[in-house]
Amino acid sequence: MSVIVILIFFSVLVAGTFLAAFIWAVRNGQYEDRYTPSVRILFDDDKEELK
Amino acid sequence: MQISDVDLKEGTLCYHCGDKCKSLDIQSGAKYFCCTGCKTVYEILNENNLCRYYDIDENPGISQKKLDSAAGSRYSYLDDPIVISQLTSYNDGKLAVASFIIPVIHCSSCIWLLEKLYRLNSGILQSEVNFVQKTVNIKYKPSEVSLREVVELLVAVGYEPQISLNDIENKVKYQSNKSLYYKIGVAGFCTGNIMLLSFPEYLAPIGSLEHSFKQFFAFINLLLGTPVLIYSASDYFKSAWNGLKQKSINIDFPIVLGLLVLFIRSAYEIITNTGVGFIDSMTGLIFFLLLGKLFQGKTYDALNFERNYKSYFPVSVTVTKGGTETSIPVTNLKQGDRIIIRNNELVPADAILFNGNANIDYSFVTGESIPVPKVQGEIIYAGGRQRGSVIELEVIRTVSQSYLTQLWNKDTFAKRDEDKFNSLVNIVGKYFTIFILLIASAAFIYWYPESLRTAINAFTAVLIVACPCGIALTNPFALGNAVRLLGRNKFFVKNASVVERISKIDTIVFDKTGTITKTGDADITFNGNVLSSYEQVLVKSLVRSSTHPLSGRIYDAIETKELAEITYFNELSGKGIEAEIEGSRIKLGSARFVSDAPEITHTNDLKSTKLDSRIFLSINNSVKGFFSVNNIYRTGLEDITSSLKDDFELVVLSGDNDGERENLYRYFGNSAWIKFNQSPQDKLDYIKELQAEDKRVMMIGDGLNDAGALKQSDVGVAISEEVSNFSPACDAILDAGEFQRLNKFIAFAKTTKRIIILSFIISILYNIIGVTLAFQSEISPLMAAVLMPASSITVVLFTVLATNIMAKRKGLQGKK
Repeated sequence: MSVIVILIFFSVLVAGTFLAAFIWAVRNGQYEDRYTPSVRILFDDDKEELK
Repeated sequence: MQISDVDLKEGTLCYHCGDKCKSLDIQSGAKYFCCTGCKTVYEILNENNLCRYYDIDENPGISQKKLDSAAGSRYSYLDDPIVISQLTSYNDGKLAVASFIIPVIHCSSCIWLLEKLYRLNSGILQSEVNFVQKTVNIKYKPSEVSLREVVELLVAVGYEPQISLNDIENKVKYQSNKSLYYKIGVAGFCTGNIMLLSFPEYLAPIGSLEHSFKQFFAFINLLLGTPVLIYSASDYFKSAWNGLKQKSINIDFPIVLGLLVLFIRSAYEIITNTGVGFIDSMTGLIFFLLLGKLFQGKTYDALNFERNYKSYFPVSVTVTKGGTETSIPVTNLKQGDRIIIRNNELVPADAILFNGNANIDYSFVTGESIPVPKVQGEIIYAGGRQRGSVIELEVIRTVSQSYLTQLWNKDTFAKRDEDKFNSLVNIVGKYFTIFILLIASAAFIYWYPESLRTAINAFTAVLIVACPCGIALTNPFALGNAVRLLGRNKFFVKNASVVERISKIDTIVFDKTGTITKTGDADITFNGNVLSSYEQVLVKSLVRSSTHPLSGRIYDAIETKELAEITYFNELSGKGIEAEIEGSRIKLGSARFVSDAPEITHTNDLKSTKLDSRIFLSINNSVKGFFSVNNIYRTGLEDITSSLKDDFELVVLSGDNDGERENLYRYFGNSAWIKFNQSPQDKLDYIKELQAEDKRVMMIGDGLNDAGALKQSDVGVAISEEVSNFSPACDAILDAGEFQRLNKFIAFAKTTKRIIILSFIISILYNIIGVTLAFQSEISPLMAAVLMPASSITVVLFTVLATNIMAKRKGLQGKK
């Protein structure tokens, strides 16, 4: 019995860190622009074209 | 003489913007361009080794044709410290941050180039594009580059930022829906954990689960469920409460009732150790509802539906006092101030022309793009745009008291109360609530003789099972999806409720100029003696030297490639142009200007308000005839009117005179109402009249002169050539190119409403099953946990699939 209580405590804790990470991401503005980063990541780096 | 592409080599496209090149004269290297503006941008990029711009997307550039190259002094107001402080969000002298709205951002190349600004100017540290909002955030060193230089750099590469009074006054334009994300996050977290903890209860054979476990799990569920109810569902409580305050019951009321009963009964069961409650169903329901909200909340960030005159007015204006020119914010303009308006600048306040040749383009206010010449002493109303040389004006009314702004500030123009619109879902919600309360009470009375406990159980069970989650989910998913589908077809509606309002309209009112006719595109015909090919060359050479917009159109309309050399050229503002070419004297302009002959002076001249403006031509003092500019009706107008004629009452309100009466009746049929000489106020009043007759009116307009009517109507649709650029406040923006599909959009809105009704029926069927079971007081947590999501998922699937299928059937393509 007590093992399950500890396990549940940890599982909620782990889930809680994910929730915290999500809230951090929203606060950080990552959900304000859900399109541009997807394009930006496909651009090559500058160095290559300056060669 | 129609504009023709015959002489082009298989339609060469501009390397920069992809427009058709009208000639092959403009080239750089082996690349052809449609105008010098495009070529200049290409050369700037080429010099700076930024030609990758052209590899990412094909012909990514923005056509530079419409922009004037004389932007030299246009941004001088950006040197004003007050303006700088208003435009920058951060500035400590070493580092400054400014954000600009750039409506022309449209492809990945745009993002690439705008984020490479630092390579064009080392004073710029970083630039970041938000594609959805069409903004670019620029960090720069004010010591190395001024704000004005930053803006001029943007203009030079073809990305003209939109800087207006409104942007400055309300800096934080973007309403972020962060709080919805937080709520969904919390609800998702709690729901997920609650589901896990409820599995033993669902799956274990009855009695096999140890009681202490059961109690422990239930207790944690209660703990996790509380923040979901209090925080995540708080909007529903607010909405239901606001409804009650206004003495009406909206759909949120039965939802809140169901949630509260669920929670209280569950809490009671768990605390008294008599059961495990239904916390899982409650949190699941809230989670679903919030997802629906997110789905519906798709708004077109880049489009602004709430614009008023402030969005269009310049930030500052040049004032001259005792010979010195200073730039002051327009809000500080006082009566009696002398202002300087340059080419392409907007007159910010009603003023009297003091000096210079005014040629005012009121397209902004009336939709009519042919400039009106004004002479000294005449009043120029705010909103007019000067075309041509510099003029000096004396302000007679401040910005807020000017004619146009007064019109805007009238009470009738104030935003209608959105809540007043009684959405179908709220009507259903109201009767639903009453009905459910009656059944619940009946169940209570029926079971009361048995025991109070059973009676309460039955009462709460009915309220729980009848919670109208299906109905509540229908609207966000059906309407939200409709908004999306319409948006893909370039019909952008402000929010979901607009779709529902469109489905109810029975009268459609069209504005004429700019709405059913095309702006900036007119049919030029020459009436008189047929011009010889040599004469055509002469005329073409003449108009080539003039900057007047009509000259440009005549230039395009003449199909000759040869040009002759001009030995003398003169442009008389408001009168016409004259030139000496190869010994011939050519005059083009008003009747009085080209000839003294009495037989033509009494006919229309350039000043005429008549739509087909006439431009007379004389060669060596003999009048050859006149060019007339006729409006072109939008393609597909005939199909639209003929298909709408039967189902809707059609009205045309025109600000012009009745010159086009015949044409309009031909298009709209003799049963249509066509009214001419309508002032903005007349249009507004007419819409009110229609509404007083209990008509649901859709107004379709374009200019600020329609703004009042657009707001007053049940659905105001602004038609716009450049969707992200210009439109008055409205409920929906229609891309001008999609005008001929208007009837399909309306039909689709009506179908969506039918889908909603069907979905309501499905959801009520689920409720009937649930309530029948609940009435017998037999409701297990498992049953509630199955029934509620099942009804929700059915409804969501049905509405989304049905709207997609119907959109295809109604001819809305699903392409992105």
